[in-house]
Amino acid sequence: MAAAIEFKQVNKWFGKLHVLRDITLAIQPGEVVVVCGPSGSGKSTLIRCVNRLEPIQSGDVVVLGQSLTSPGVNFSQLRSQVGMVFQAFNLYPHMNALENIVLAPMKVKGLSRAEAEKIAVALLERVGIPEKAGQYPAHLSGGQQQRVAIARALAMQPKIMLFDEPTSALDPEMINEVLEVMTDLAREGMTMVVVTHEMGFAKRVSHRIVFMDEGQVVEEGKPETFFAAPRSERTKLFLSKILVH
Amino acid sequence: MMLAGILGLQYEFRWSVLWESPYGYWLLQGFKNTIVLSLLAWAIALLLGIALGLLRTAPWRLPRAIATAYVEFFRNTPLLVQLFFWYFAVPQILPAGPVRDAINSLNLDTPILTLNFEFLAALAGLGVYTSARVGETIRAGIQSIPRQQTEAALSSGLSLIQVYRHVLIPVGFRIVIPPMATEFLSIFKNSSLAVTIGFAEVTFQTQQVNSYTFKGLEAVTAATLIYLAISLTIAAFMNRMEHRYAIPGLIARGAVRE
Ligand SMILES: Nc1ncnc2c1ncn2[C@@H]1O[C@H](COP(=O)(O)OP(=O)(O)O)[C@@H](O)[C@H]1O
Ligand SMILES: [Mg+2]
Repeated sequence: MAAAIEFKQVNKWFGKLHVLRDITLAIQPGEVVVVCGPSGSGKSTLIRCVNRLEPIQSGDVVVLGQSLTSPGVNFSQLRSQVGMVFQAFNLYPHMNALENIVLAPMKVKGLSRAEAEKIAVALLERVGIPEKAGQYPAHLSGGQQQRVAIARALAMQPKIMLFDEPTSALDPEMINEVLEVMTDLAREGMTMVVVTHEMGFAKRVSHRIVFMDEGQVVEEGKPETFFAAPRSERTKLFLSKILVH
Repeated sequence: MMLAGILGLQYEFRWSVLWESPYGYWLLQGFKNTIVLSLLAWAIALLLGIALGLLRTAPWRLPRAIATAYVEFFRNTPLLVQLFFWYFAVPQILPAGPVRDAINSLNLDTPILTLNFEFLAALAGLGVYTSARVGETIRAGIQSIPRQQTEAALSSGLSLIQVYRHVLIPVGFRIVIPPMATEFLSIFKNSSLAVTIGFAEVTFQTQQVNSYTFKGLEAVTAATLIYLAISLTIAAFMNRMEHRYAIPGLIARGAVRE
C-alpha cells in the first residue's frame, strides 16, 4: 500500500536556520505516529509541511499520492483532506461551536447548512459535548474548546489528522478528555501524526514514535522498544528529562 | 445679565440672535452642511480605508507597499495643509481648460446642499485624510488576530479570500469598533477646519453671525452645543453597535459601559 505521507530528504530553512535536515520518513495509512523531541527541534515545522502551511526548500513531501512540490498542486483540496489541531485551539471567536464546525464543509465542500449541521451535531456527540453546540469559544473550557477544534477538523472527513501539542495548553484535569477523543480516533483507524509529550498516550496508542532533535529524526521505533531500549544518547537524555515527572 | 454683572463685564447677551431671521437659519444651514460633509467624507473614508487596511495585511507586495505609502503620507501630514492642497493647489495643477473652468465656477443647488468647489475640496480633504486613519485602524485590528487563527482556517481548506471573508474581517471589524467610533467622532470635529477654505459649515456660519451681530459669544456657544450634541449622539450610537456586535467573552476595553 502507498504511504499516506512520505517525506523524501526534506530540507527546510528559516533564513539561515536549518530547521529540517534531510528528513526521510513514511507514514502508512491507519498508522498513528507520535513525534517528540526538545522544544525547537522542528516538530511543528515537520507536520506543518504536510498541509503546506510551510513550504520546503529541497526534497519532496508526498501526501495521499500527491507530490507537494510538483507544479499546480491544489492546496485547498489537499488541506481539506488533512485535518489539523493546534495547541491554542484557534476556534473562531465570533462563531459558536456549531458554526465553527460547519464553516469549512459549507464553504469548501459546498454542503448545505442542513447537511453540514447534521455532521456537526454527530461530531459534537462523538467528542462528548453535544450540549455545547450553541456555546461560544470564550464560554467553553480549554478541554471543550480543543474537542470542538477536533470536531471541526473531522467535519471535513479528512484522511489524515495532524496534532501539534494538542494538550500542552490544557489544565491537567482536562488533558484526558482530549486524549480519550484522540484514542478513539486512532482505534477507528485514522492516520494520525501527533506531536506530544504525553508519553502515556504514546505508549498506549501509537504504533511508532519518532524522536527529533535539531531538525533531524534521531531515532524511531515501536513504543515498546523506544522506551525500553532507546539507542541514541540524545534520546536517553530526553526521555530521562520528561519521564521524571 | 447676572453673571456678566458679577464679573464686571459690559457684555450684553442677546441669545435671540440664535433664532432670529436670518441668523438662526444660517446656523441651521451650517449644521446641515456639517452633517452632510462629515457623513459623505465618512463614506469615502470607510470605503477607501477598509480597502487600504485590508491590502496592508495581504500577501501581495506591490499593492501592500502602495497602501502603506498612502496611509503613512496622509496620516502624518496636517489635515489643514491637506485641505489647502485640495483647495488652492489642485486647481492650479489641473491643465487650463473646460474641466478647470467647470470646477472653479461650480455652483449647483441641490436638495441637500450647494455643490461648489469649496465643498468638493473639503470632502476630498476630509475623506482622504480620514481614510488613511481608518486604513491604519483596520490594519491594526486585522493584525491583532493571532496568525494561527488564519492557519487554522487555511488548514481546513478555505482559500485566503474565504479566510478574510469569514474570519479575519468579521473578527477584525468587531475588534476595531471602539477606535472606529473615535474616528467617526473626529471627522465631525475635523470638519470645522473646512471653514478655512470657505465651506459654509457650522463654524463658518458662526463667524458670519458674529460679524453681522457682534454676538460672538452666543454664536460660539451655539456651535459648541451643536458639536457636543453630535458627539454625544454618535457616542451613544457606536456604543450600541459595540454591544450588538461584541464577540462573546471579548467584551472590550473602554467604550462599553453597562
Ligand atoms: N516562522 C518562523 N520563522 C523563523 N523561525 C522559525 C519559525 N517557526 C519556527 N522557527 C524556528 O524553527 C525552529 C523549529 O521550530 P518548531 O518546528 O516550532 O520546533 P518545535 O515544534 O519542535 O518546538 C526553532 O528554532 C524555531 O525558533
Ligand atoms: Mg512546536
